[in-house]
Amino acid sequence: MVGYSLLLIVILSLVAYYVGRSSAKRFAGGAGSEKIHSLPGYHGAFIAVWVGIPAFVLVLLWASFQGATLDNLVLASLPSGFTEGKSPAELNLALSEIRNLASGRTFGTPAPEIQLAAERLVSWQNIASWAMLVVAATLMILVLVFARTRIAPRFRARNSVEHVLSGLMIFCSVVAILTTVGIIVSLLYESIAFFRLVPITEFLFGLKWEPQIALRPDQIAGAGAFGAVPVFAGTLLISAIALIVAIPIGLFTAIYLVEYADDRVRNVVKPIMEILAGIPTVVFGFFAVLTVAPAIREAGGLLGVVTSPNSALAAGFVMGIMIIPFISSLSDDALRAVPRSMRDGSLAMGATASETMTRVLLPAALPGIMGGILLAASRAIGETMIVVMAAGLIATLTINPMDSVTTVTVQIVSMLIGDTSFDSPKTLAAFALGLVLFIVTLGLNVLALQIVKKYREQYE
Amino acid sequence: MAQAALAPRDAAPAVFQTVRTPDLHPRPTKVKADTVKVFYGQKQALHGVTIDIPEKAVTAFIGPSGCGKSTFLRCLNRMNDTIDGCRVEGEILLDNRDIYDPSLDVVELRARVGMVFQKPNPFPKSIFENVAYGPRIHGLARSKAELEEIVVASLQKASLFNEVKDRLHEPGTGLSGGQQQRLCIARTIAVSPDVILMDEPCSALDPIATAKVEELIDELRKNFTIVIVTHSMQQAARVSQRTAFFHLGTLVEEGPTDHVFTNPSERRTQDYITGRFG
Ligand SMILES: Nc1ncnc2c1ncn2[C@@H]1O[C@H](COP(=O)(O)OP(=O)(O)OP(=O)(O)O)[C@@H](O)[C@H]1O
Ligand SMILES: [Mg+2]
Repeated sequence: MVGYSLLLIVILSLVAYYVGRSSAKRFAGGAGSEKIHSLPGYHGAFIAVWVGIPAFVLVLLWASFQGATLDNLVLASLPSGFTEGKSPAELNLALSEIRNLASGRTFGTPAPEIQLAAERLVSWQNIASWAMLVVAATLMILVLVFARTRIAPRFRARNSVEHVLSGLMIFCSVVAILTTVGIIVSLLYESIAFFRLVPITEFLFGLKWEPQIALRPDQIAGAGAFGAVPVFAGTLLISAIALIVAIPIGLFTAIYLVEYADDRVRNVVKPIMEILAGIPTVVFGFFAVLTVAPAIREAGGLLGVVTSPNSALAAGFVMGIMIIPFISSLSDDALRAVPRSMRDGSLAMGATASETMTRVLLPAALPGIMGGILLAASRAIGETMIVVMAAGLIATLTINPMDSVTTVTVQIVSMLIGDTSFDSPKTLAAFALGLVLFIVTLGLNVLALQIVKKYREQYE
Repeated sequence: MAQAALAPRDAAPAVFQTVRTPDLHPRPTKVKADTVKVFYGQKQALHGVTIDIPEKAVTAFIGPSGCGKSTFLRCLNRMNDTIDGCRVEGEILLDNRDIYDPSLDVVELRARVGMVFQKPNPFPKSIFENVAYGPRIHGLARSKAELEEIVVASLQKASLFNEVKDRLHEPGTGLSGGQQQRLCIARTIAVSPDVILMDEPCSALDPIATAKVEELIDELRKNFTIVIVTHSMQQAARVSQRTAFFHLGTLVEEGPTDHVFTNPSERRTQDYITGRFG
């Protein structure tokens, strides 16, 4: 029925548009008539917007509240003999049975009260849906008639439409902002719940991370420890390896493209970098697991180094490949933004191209390059898929890249999949990790954007 | 001729003659250019320029916009090499050595032929580091003290030292436009070049800063050969000993500055300096 209502809204809005336009045209056409303020199309749009939007909001609200209201009505209508002495959970169970029955899914033989209630629910649903349709239609027609009377030569339909449009855009951006705020609030809320169970100091400074505690009394598991230091250390280790791989390669690529490559090379290399940036991280993940990790293990074996199968090196190396395009394209922009006169000035002093690069262009572009590196770092720290596939699960506190380490994102994933309940410290710990991760990457991003912005102003 | 119809309208005549007036007391020649032609891709910007530039004197290039003054100037230190698609033909001798000879090191050439640009372009470094840049890359100073000596001397020669002596380690970009331009001149003379090329060095400066730079140029001519491009007739008359008038990619007339300005031999020169076209 909601579908029909939406269809009706579209149809009536179109009708409203034509009504508005044709009645405005009548003014416009009349000989010696007053000059019309807005084009007829704006009059049509004005009416259409006022017919469509309120009805649309009404239908949405109606549809979202109808279910809950009807549930309450059905529960209230159950005979008191049936509800007597039942806990809320049992009542909920009965309610879902009624709902299932009403939508035609029968399991076993339902109790007669439930059968009756289901029939009642079906008929009420019918009535409510029709009522919604009728109310929406009435509303639209009333608005149409009323708005039609507003149409006059001097009516500023164009400005009104403008207002409505800007309102619509504000609404959309508010939705985006509210979603973000909502996510942060829920993250905070769950983290606070976690910090009630585990003290925040233990979480931030504890050196032991063993979150696999018993969910049910009959399970055998460790006592649990929630010191996040090893997890963050693992993240830092892998990100550091990634940056060590990506910074030189990305930076030298950018330098080569800006200063040395001719157009032909540039036209080949740039699209390839874009392809690299577009590869899904899961593909990088299995590249890490299937190719890089075994290669490193073998190389380690040849050199006589003990290498864990999930070495930090494999995950970090592949992550480094992934963030190369970030660093190279942002460094490229930063180098290009250095005015040509700097370059000419240096060359005219008799400097070679590489002297010009290291002594003038790089220092001048350094803030922008730093910004790019920080953005890449925050990307690496928050990266999930590669490390879930290629890094380990055990939190070891080490700086040996051949060891297996775990990362924040890996822990979050492993805590939230499988057999979980939403009030155990194990699950809540995921939110606390997420919160800290969010704060770190947000900080890095803000810093990076600040730096990039500052250097933009420098030459303008 | 069929080809004449296809040639661009502003193309120079195939045969033209530069009117030359020698100095009363000729100076030795520092730079000798012979039928220099420059092409930007398909487009020809210079149609054979022949000129002798005298040592320890100021030579001014004048002419309407787009006539090829900057292009010719950039040939003298091979800065045209840095422009994609630019091709130079002809011969340019500096102290009787061909600067386009493949065996010649362009880096060394540019250390001997310095350049000051239209817009002051100090590096985003300190005043000291700006001037020390050339000596550092060319290894002219063996010690820190020697480097400091060079920097101070160059700033003094550029008559900037007294204004900046207390702030040598502040950024060069923090100076006023006129000071920045003198800083760029100091930077150029720090590597003790033989020739200094200046492309409209005062066009971004106010009259007072311009007067200072002009004074400086007059001072510098004792030690350096200077070539200056300018759009200001007065400036050319004030600072230069010889003047060359370019038009449509050709050198129309060259001679002693007072001769060119008071009694030009060419009709077009006369028209240009009296402001009848350009
Ligand atoms: N990098 C370039 N690429 C292509 N054509 C160029 C380039 N630089 C200059 N030209 C062309 O060469 C001709 C001479 O230019 P040039 O800059 O030498 O003139 P100019 O005499 O210095 O002019 P102005 O007084 O305006 O500086 C012009 O027609 C110009 O369009
Ligand atoms: Mg020019």
